[in-house]
Amino acid sequence: MKIMLLVTKIVIALAAASLISTQVAGQATSIPASRQITPEDLVKLLQSSPEQKPLMIQVGSHVLYTQAHIPGSEYIGPASTEAGLQQLRKRVAMLRRTQLIVLYCGCCPWSHCPNVEPADNALHKMGFRNVKILYIADNFGSDWVNKGYPTAKGD
Amino acid sequence: MLVLVLGLLWGRHMRSGPQASGPKQHPVAPDFTLPQVNGPSLTLSSYRGQVVLLDFWATWCVPCREEIPHFVELQDKYRAQGLQIIGVSMDDSADPVRPFAQQFHMNYPIVMGNAKIGEQYGGVLGLPIAFLLDRDGRITKKHIGATPGDVFDKEIATLLLKQ
Repeated sequence: MKIMLLVTKIVIALAAASLISTQVAGQATSIPASRQITPEDLVKLLQSSPEQKPLMIQVGSHVLYTQAHIPGSEYIGPASTEAGLQQLRKRVAMLRRTQLIVLYCGCCPWSHCPNVEPADNALHKMGFRNVKILYIADNFGSDWVNKGYPTAKGD
Repeated sequence: MLVLVLGLLWGRHMRSGPQASGPKQHPVAPDFTLPQVNGPSLTLSSYRGQVVLLDFWATWCVPCREEIPHFVELQDKYRAQGLQIIGVSMDDSADPVRPFAQQFHMNYPIVMGNAKIGEQYGGVLGLPIAFLLDRDGRITKKHIGATPGDVFDKEIATLLLKQ
């Protein structure tokens, strides 16, 4: 019985390690600081003149987006999935490659986000050079909503 | 007359004093009925009398995956003493949840969450978030972000001792 319990624990731990390791390549820590924008700076940008407003795209969870998102931002689909990346590519296909685009997620801590890096890579491969990733250290609740920044609900 | 009014006011103060200065009650967790990934709908209040760990998670959430094996252990360890862990998946669909639950040998019920329950619980705007409920269904702890298993172990053990 004890051996079975030990074996089960080992199997679970290996499964967890395997799934976690598949996420390492997609983590946001590889995004250089020069392509990040802080929440404070994004708020200032949004308050500036309308012609400088970026296209904002949330590339994470729809359930989280529905509860709270940045007003004016669009939901595309989780960029950690091929379906989400396809939607992202489709959305930006006809845009000028100089368009300022801000991507964000906020599902979990920055170092563990599986969505922003694949999205950033996808846009880079399409030739977009004016892309910023919103740096969310912990999650969208703590780093945006609780700071009192503008928020919208629903789809 | 003045003495009578003052006396009435004093009596009212004395009646309200103890209630105003008593221990702050933990809020009762919002009740819900949600569909399970594998099974009938689950209602939270049906677990009154048990200690409940309510875990908001998702299959794509790396810190959640680190916590879940600890939850599996805790459920086994404390099931007989009255612990019930409930996973609230915030995945957009149940499709990835079923194979995930099988792979991780999740030994507790998993329900599909939504924006409404997220709002009921103060906004689930990042994962994982875990709530610890006492036997009266009151929220005693809220953990935002991955939390070490031994922290949950101590808190659960303490709550289980209270009847």
